[in-house]
Order: sequence, then C-alpha cells, then structure tokens
Amino acid sequence: MFEQQPIRHGLAALALGITASTALAGPTLDAIKQRGTLVCGVHTGLTGFSAPDKTGKYAGIDVDYCKALAAAILGNPDKVKYVPLTAQQRFTALQSGEIDILSRNTTWNSKRDTTMGSVFPGVWFFDGQAFVINSRKNPKVKKLADLDKASVCVETGTTTERNMADYARAHKLSFKPVVFEGQEATEKAFQSGRCDAYTTDASGIAAMLVNLPSRADYTVLPEIISKEPLAPMLRRNDQEFFAIARWMIFALQQAEESGVTQANVLQMKATSKDPAVQRLTGATAEVGKGLGLDSDWAVRAIQAVGNYGESWERNIKPLGLTRGMNSLWNKGGLMYPMPLD
Amino acid sequence: MNRQPALAHRPLLQRGGEWLRANLFSSVANGVTTLLLLGLLVWLGDRLLTWAVLNAVWGNASVATCNALLGQGACWAVVADKWRQMLFGIYPQAEQWRPAAAVLIFCGMLVLTAMRRFWHLRRLLVLWLGGSLLCAWLMAGGGGLTPVPTALWGGLPITLMLAVFGTLLAFPLGVLLALGRRSSLPIIRAVSISYIELVRGVPLITVLFMASIMFALFLPEGISFDKLLRAQVAIILFNAAYIAEVVRAGLQALPRGQHEAAAALGLGYWQTQLLVILPQALRITIPAQVNSFIDNFKDTSLVIIVSIFDFLYAVRQAVISDLDWRHYFVEGYLFAMAVYWLFCYAMSHYSQWLEKHLARDHRT
Repeated sequence: MFEQQPIRHGLAALALGITASTALAGPTLDAIKQRGTLVCGVHTGLTGFSAPDKTGKYAGIDVDYCKALAAAILGNPDKVKYVPLTAQQRFTALQSGEIDILSRNTTWNSKRDTTMGSVFPGVWFFDGQAFVINSRKNPKVKKLADLDKASVCVETGTTTERNMADYARAHKLSFKPVVFEGQEATEKAFQSGRCDAYTTDASGIAAMLVNLPSRADYTVLPEIISKEPLAPMLRRNDQEFFAIARWMIFALQQAEESGVTQANVLQMKATSKDPAVQRLTGATAEVGKGLGLDSDWAVRAIQAVGNYGESWERNIKPLGLTRGMNSLWNKGGLMYPMPLD
Repeated sequence: MNRQPALAHRPLLQRGGEWLRANLFSSVANGVTTLLLLGLLVWLGDRLLTWAVLNAVWGNASVATCNALLGQGACWAVVADKWRQMLFGIYPQAEQWRPAAAVLIFCGMLVLTAMRRFWHLRRLLVLWLGGSLLCAWLMAGGGGLTPVPTALWGGLPITLMLAVFGTLLAFPLGVLLALGRRSSLPIIRAVSISYIELVRGVPLITVLFMASIMFALFLPEGISFDKLLRAQVAIILFNAAYIAEVVRAGLQALPRGQHEAAAALGLGYWQTQLLVILPQALRITIPAQVNSFIDNFKDTSLVIIVSIFDFLYAVRQAVISDLDWRHYFVEGYLFAMAVYWLFCYAMSHYSQWLEKHLARDHRT
C-alpha cells in the first residue's frame, strides 16, 4: 500500500516529524550487535525484579531476562548496560531509542500494545493486586468483603487506588483509602496501625512481609483484584528482535519443562534423547537459525541464568511468594511455552 | 546600663537566678509555659536518647540483633553494613575508591576556594579546571581506569556535582541576566526578562522532565546526549534565573551615586560594572546567594524523577532493596539527614564568616 503512495508516505513522515525517523531507523538487532552491548531499561529498585544486590550489582528476574538475551545475541551475559528508569520515564526511553528493550515489570494492556509504538513479546511474570491485614487487630477478617468500610493504606501515583475503587464499586463495598507518598512510608503507616489493611501488588506485599519481625501478625487475603501480566516491551517494526525476545521467554520456560538446568545444560545437549531438549539445545533442529542466531543461543542463555524456574527460585522465592499462576501449565500455572520446532 | 558591671561582680548563683527570673519566669503565664516546654523537652530528649543511643545497636551487628530490639532502639548496623551503597549507589564496588577520591578532591576544591589566599582568577581557574577534569576522569574512567558509564554513577558524588556545578556555572549566567534585565538596550532587556520569568514560572521537576524526556524525543534515534549531562544543564539554566534575581536585588540596592561617580571617572559600562557596581552588589547579596545555594543543594534530590540516583535515593535504595534491612529505613534516612546537615551547616557557617570578613574589609 505504502509503496504505491510515496507522496502520502513522505507527507506522513513530515507530519510525524522526528517520530517518523524513529520508525524508519534500522533494526535494533543490528545496532545491538554493532554496539556489542544490549541496553536494557530496568526498575530503579524493586526487590526480586531488579534491584542492586549486596554487592551493588543489578539482580532480579527482570535483570535475568536481559542477561539471557545478551548471552544469546552477544555470547556474554555481562554485555548489558542497565538503564534504571522511573515509571514516568520508561516509555519515552524506549520510544526515543535510549534503550533496546524495557524489562521493568510493565503491565501488558491494550493501550500500551496498540497506541504507543510498542509490542510485548510475552508474559514474564503474572502479578496482581492483593490486600494484607493485621490479623491480631482484625481477627474476624478472612476475605475482602469483611473489610467493608475499613481504612486501607495505598501508595499515591499508582493504579492500585483506582483498582481498589473499581473493585469496591463492583462489589458494593466501601474502602477508605489513606494515601501515602512512597512505598516505605505506606508500609510504615500500615505497620504502625494507621490503616486496617494495605494494598499493593502481591509481590510487593510479599517483599514487605519477608523478614518482618512481627510477620505472624499479618495475613494476606485470598482475593487478587487486578490482572497484572508483567511483560518486556519492545519497539514496533523490529521483527527479528521481537522474535528473539519472544522465543527467549519460551526457551527458558521450555528448559524448565524439560528439566534442563544451568548445571546440566551441556550434558543434556550431548546426551539427551528427548526431542524437545534436542531442539532447545540446538542438537537437531535449527531454531536459532530462524532467529538469526547460532544453534547454541538457548544453551548460552540457560548457562547464564538457568531456566525460568531457577531464575524464579533465585529471585522471587526469597520474597516468600509461591509460584501460583507463574507455575508451568503442567503444574497448574499459566506459563505455557509454545513448542520450539 | 550601669547595672551590667555591678551584675558581673555579684556571685554566679545570684546572677543565674536573676537571669532565670527575667527571661523564663517573668510572669505566671511565662512560668507555666517554661515548665511545660521543659517537661516536653525532657520527655522527648529522654526518649530520643534511649532510642538513638542507649538502646541502639552499633557497629557490624546482624539483622537478628536488630530485630530483637525493633521499636526500642535504633539499628545503626544498617548504616555500618550498607554505607558504601548509601554513599556511592550502584557504582561498581571494586572501583568505589574512585568516587570516594572524587568526593574528597571536590570537598578540597570547595575548601580551597573558600580561602582568601585563593581568590585570584587564575588560581581559581586552574584549581577548578584541573580538579574537575581529575574528578571526571576518576568517575568516568578511561586512560588506565575501567570505564564506568554515567548510568551507574550515584550517591554523594552526584549530589555534590549537580549542586556545585549547578551553582558555579549558573552564577556568571545569572549575573549577565541581572545586568541584562537592567540594561537600557530594549532587546537585551526583553530577552533577559522573558528568560527569567519563564524559568521562574515553572517548577524544577518540569525543567528536568523537559531535559530528560521531551528533549530525547526531538533527537533522531541513536543520538542521545548523556542523561546526567542533560540534567546538569537543566539545573544550571534553572538556577541562573534565581541567581539573576538575587543579583538584581543587590544592583538595585546600590545608590545612583555609584554609577555617576564611576561615569565621572570616565569608566565605560563593563568597567563600571566589574570594578564598582558588582563587587558591592554581590557582597550585600551574600546571605541570599548562600540561601539559594543551600536550596540548590537540597533540590538536587529531585533528579530521581529522571532516574538519576542522588545521595538521598542511593540511601533509600540501599536499604529498601535489601530484604534483610528493608525495615530499617528510618535509620538510613537519619544518616542521610546527618550528611545533608553537615554540608548545609558548613555552608551557612561559611557565609556568616564571609559576611563579617568582607564587612571588616569595607570599614578599613
């Protein structure tokens, strides 16, 4: 269509100005290879996803994904430049080309998928908004409906307050939101008894409760009131890179399904008779070739960060979260890697 | 007036009693207020002392030790364990001697600049050019040192750099704008006034957003100026408008006679400004200038909005991202407070000295 209307195309580019030049720029994959580093946008500090560890290096499940990509594309998981981004900055950083990929617990929704010049290759983590209560103070509260007319601590500037209001309206409940600035202030207020309950993403509640001396006083309510499928985010019009990003998710999940781990991946490649393992490790089918990579791409990624389950154990389990929705499909979860073939 | 010498000869106890009666118990209402406030002070002081000193956990203690004392005593062990990450953020740990050295050199430069002996244009230029280049080399690496991208810089070096360069480089621009605003040339005056009013009309956060987010969208993909540099330039341009108004206040305070006297001596515009007007105007505005410098110093903590890790955020991040220590951020923030106080107090103390010092000059 566009080839037949070069003038209109040109005018559109003019009208879009600089944004148009973004869309016409060369593929991200070439840029990454030429540069020799993957530029990865991460959270400024969210334990379990991306936060500096004890040695001051970025670690977490979102960081592992970047490492796996760098290992597959560049052959070295350390060739990643991490760009810490705030919530306000993340999309512009991606649109302007400052980063190659955004791996920063970003919720996949239709608006971001259709109107922002970006695409999501797949879900890396299923999260959802939960509530925690002080069960010593409120021994009778067992489910969310029992919290009617209760005061709830929420952090300002997040969607949690809106989700809570939506849920309350739909279920004919009323919550009194008590709004605080910043995660630690909200947590402290809740712990000191300022509100009856505290609501944020389940992973955030888990992070608060782990190592809390008074852990026994708190109960997480069973309801999850929002869907937060957290996914990496890429620019559009970058088919090669998109394919690598998508199949990296599936490869690491397939590795868990097939029992391929960081420790045994080389041995499995050499000896396994399982066709799924042979295709994953590049022993038979050329999955890597279709991606524009060599046949060892997945092996290097698994060597770097382990399979999806191992990354989970290392990063998310210390928060005290159970796998739940993030288990593989054959273990009752939602993680379903498409077949590598 | 002649009570004073007599007072001095009387016994100490009697003098103390009189002082108390005159200042604290001059009436029933004053006496009650004094006692109430004293009681409050003792109660608060006792609690604070117990929490922060007596019951506190000092040194390299484990988290379990702190957890056992939660709510009763401060856990300074969190600072002992995480101070490197608090001061230098995510700068690679093996290389952290470099930001440490840069901070020391930077403080040294500030101290030297504060000393009268260094108040010669050439010395200051050599000091700041040399010192800044040395610090930049230490922080960024290259030439024998491992390169560290600015995305990994953080903590105290960032706060100091943004505040000091944000004021130092804004200063000449601010003086020019102040002179421009009072200029008799209409275009220069209009440009100066619009710049000052425009910048003062928007919050610093907006300027940082423009520099960091909007600016990037106007550039072709792949071309991006360093984020830190963009924020630094934004802070300089922002501060210049405020400094301009402070300087203008000083210019307006000078009597017309100074201009006329300079003109009578046959001095041109720049000579008049540089030799007669500005030295006096800048001197009377010292308190206001130090005030705005302290402001700038504290305002730098806003840069986290564009993901630059200043000192305050580095402290927060060090504590909250560590699952062991994340419940001890109050101690972390108190540590940050102590460091901020140290710098701000030194600045305000220096400004008082400077005022006295220059006033003495003026008299002789």
